Amino acid sequence: MIALPANAPAGVITSEGLNADLACFPTREQYRDLVAAFRADGFEMCVDLCAVDYLSHADRPLPAGVAGERFEIVVNLLSLSRRVRVRIRVQVPESDCFLETLFHEYPGTEAMEREAFDLFGVQFTNHPDLTRILMPEDWEGHPLRKDYGIGRVPVQFKEAPGPR
Amino acid sequence: MSDTTKKSVRSIEREPLLGAETSEGPQELGFRRDTESDQLGREMGAVLHLDGRTLDPSAIDFESRDDELMIINMGPSHPSTHGVLRLMLELDGEFVLRTKPVIGYLHTGMEKQGEELSYVQGGTNVTRMDYLSPINNELSYSIAVEKLLGIEVPDRAIWIRMLMSELNRISSHLVWMATNGMDLGSTSMMIYGLRERELVLAFFEKTAGLRLNLNYVRPGGVAADLPDGWQDDVLVICDTIDARTYEYDQLLTGQVIFRQRMEGVAPITAEEALALGLTGPLLRSTGVPWDLRKEMPYLAYDQIDFDVIVGTYGDNFDRYAIRLNEIRESIKIVRQCIDMMPKGDYRTQDPKVTPPPRARIDESMEALIHHFKLFTEGFHVPAGEVYSAIESPRGELGCYIVADGGPRPYRIHVRAPSFVNLQAIPLLMRGGLMSDTITVISTVDPVMGEVDR
Repeated sequence: MIALPANAPAGVITSEGLNADLACFPTREQYRDLVAAFRADGFEMCVDLCAVDYLSHADRPLPAGVAGERFEIVVNLLSLSRRVRVRIRVQVPESDCFLETLFHEYPGTEAMEREAFDLFGVQFTNHPDLTRILMPEDWEGHPLRKDYGIGRVPVQFKEAPGPR
Repeated sequence: MSDTTKKSVRSIEREPLLGAETSEGPQELGFRRDTESDQLGREMGAVLHLDGRTLDPSAIDFESRDDELMIINMGPSHPSTHGVLRLMLELDGEFVLRTKPVIGYLHTGMEKQGEELSYVQGGTNVTRMDYLSPINNELSYSIAVEKLLGIEVPDRAIWIRMLMSELNRISSHLVWMATNGMDLGSTSMMIYGLRERELVLAFFEKTAGLRLNLNYVRPGGVAADLPDGWQDDVLVICDTIDARTYEYDQLLTGQVIFRQRMEGVAPITAEEALALGLTGPLLRSTGVPWDLRKEMPYLAYDQIDFDVIVGTYGDNFDRYAIRLNEIRESIKIVRQCIDMMPKGDYRTQDPKVTPPPRARIDESMEALIHHFKLFTEGFHVPAGEVYSAIESPRGELGCYIVADGGPRPYRIHVRAPSFVNLQAIPLLMRGGLMSDTITVISTVDPVMGEVDR
């Protein structure tokens, strides 16, 4: 199992993932410092950033001390030099849906954070260009949320019958 | 009076065909005076370097007024954008200063759909993302599901997967060679590339029954065993395409116009590529020997002898050369797969995951129940979350699945390499010529089905 970097913020809860890689559960205050510490520790690349809406699966297994919130941002970091991955899972409550951006650590997260904002409505503070990326600009709602109504917009697969 | 003149003109009042609202608002590239400095820097391709140094947009850009610059729109329906990529370019004469890709025109909500489909059906969904390398999509998905289930895949299935995945890499790169040739004006390359790809697709059809969206690799193994005499078919493919790659060398690699348009154009450094999270041929072109098949082996790539192709300059030509040589490496892997293909099952015998053979349904009640449960409800996957990554022709293709113990994924997220690689475009195009944008899009090789998902 991979150890936390030396300059990581104190008190970060960790657990072992399914692939025997490290999963970290920082609080929102520890989040950016932890990512910066990993970057300094040789994790050159942020491979993936995505959000999960745990609205209907709130009883998911979490290590002791981590209070599950509705949203979770999952960040996958990769160290090319050590050939290991870590996964950072940070809880974001629905009432205060903000998280700091990672753009200044890893510029490659720019589009991924925009996608998480677009589809889940998680706001990333200090993000350079937080606009919708996949949905049209005037779209209402965030489609990958669990309470987003599927079939809300009627779709006609055939041309509407004419006046006959 | 005015009323009569209006009538004398042959015209008719009609609703405007296009509404005023064709704009995507803030998603588009705005004028500089309306753009914040952070965003401006990003659109110019300013990336942080690994030592924490930031490229200051004002330091590398000359003073230019908005009225001297022109913002033009390229795409979303443009023959060289490989689908529905829309680029907004800020031009100073013939030079590109800022670029902003506007995507989402092919967004079909596949991740949302994935939550509604069972694990058995999920393969049909993911295979449509990167439609040029469907096997790799299914592979990433299947590996993730198998990790959650904790099941072992038989040896033969692993090797069949590897064989098909490499054949798919060949066909994907061939399409890339074809469209890249087309973008640079070599229409013969378009025809040759698609002609050679046809060989691979014919083999896919023979094996899986389909040519494009195969749904061949499934959780637990593969859908069908290789057909009789597959060795001969695959050998013919290898021999033919191997020989033809040397014809491509004559057609493109040695051609002066081609080289002038590719060499030294749109370079990127290793630290920029790492900072932007680029993977695949884009990263390897900068000299970083990162290939998941070699560095973090999955399937049985650790038992196979092949080389990772790296470039030096990170320019268009390196990206071209890497893809051409990867075709040859893949042929090498396929040849080894033919020799080393083990015998045995092509899918796991766990009846909870694998449907029973057709003949068993007639004679066994249990088989009938399993078959019925599998195709109505699907199998249940223990709760947990997993990330699997494989090397697709375009880079790291990851699949993140959250399972809640039910028969459907709670959340399925695909880390699409094209989506991330697309972020390199502003950087690659900056300061380049307008005509080079075509080659840049081409060598970044985005597949829009995967970008928009």
